[in-house]
Amino acid sequence: MEVPILKQGAVLIATFQAALSDADLNQLRSALVQQVVRFRSRGVIVDVTAMDVMDSFASRTLREIAHIIRLRGAETVIVGIQPEVAFAMVQLGLTLEGVATALDLEEGLAYLNQKFKTMK
Amino acid sequence: MEIRVTISSDQDIVLARQKGRSLALELGFSSGDATLIATAISELARNIVSYARNGQVILKDIQGSNRVGIAVTATDNGPGIPDVGQALRDGFSTSGSLGLGLPGVRRLMDEFEIVSKPGQGTTVGVKKWRL
Repeated sequence: MEVPILKQGAVLIATFQAALSDADLNQLRSALVQQVVRFRSRGVIVDVTAMDVMDSFASRTLREIAHIIRLRGAETVIVGIQPEVAFAMVQLGLTLEGVATALDLEEGLAYLNQKFKTMK
Repeated sequence: MEIRVTISSDQDIVLARQKGRSLALELGFSSGDATLIATAISELARNIVSYARNGQVILKDIQGSNRVGIAVTATDNGPGIPDVGQALRDGFSTSGSLGLGLPGVRRLMDEFEIVSKPGQGTTVGVKKWRL
């Protein structure tokens, strides 16, 4: 199941579906990096609201996405991690260290807009 | 009730954890506990794909004296784990990844046992009881 990526001004928004395989996650990583280059995007929001399991592979892929995109000079925010998913992640020892997170899409956009102001 | 999921690709990881979540909810686990169980299944199934390529995840309901639970067994005929004690320590990995995730799986579940013989395969059995 491919993850749809939406372009909204300088920001790309990727919205996760419930059941993503490792291959889907890898595909998302390449697609996001390509599109950040193509559109000269300054921010990326990954919306994981629909995700019911965040295991070590998904968590590592998200961290890689955020770090690759930061090397391009853009910012990534992960939004919508469900409370139950967050609880399981902590038990598993997955902390997404060094990756920005926000409550939802709206908060994510607000975070990026704030970042863009200080980047100018 | 016993559900067997053959694990040979990343798609099967998704299938196994979905079936695990459904069974957990059927057995009356809270949605939070079902998430913990599904996450543990995902890690165990991923180890099969990463280290053994093929194997099985078996999901079963279990009855205690006055409680019910779920048992998950992940079994493969892969290379086995040479040093199980080391694999159970946080931060240990042989594949350059985050590690086997076994210490994490242990924290997600109530009971944990592992049998591994080099050259013969690995079986990890975990249980969670409904509160």
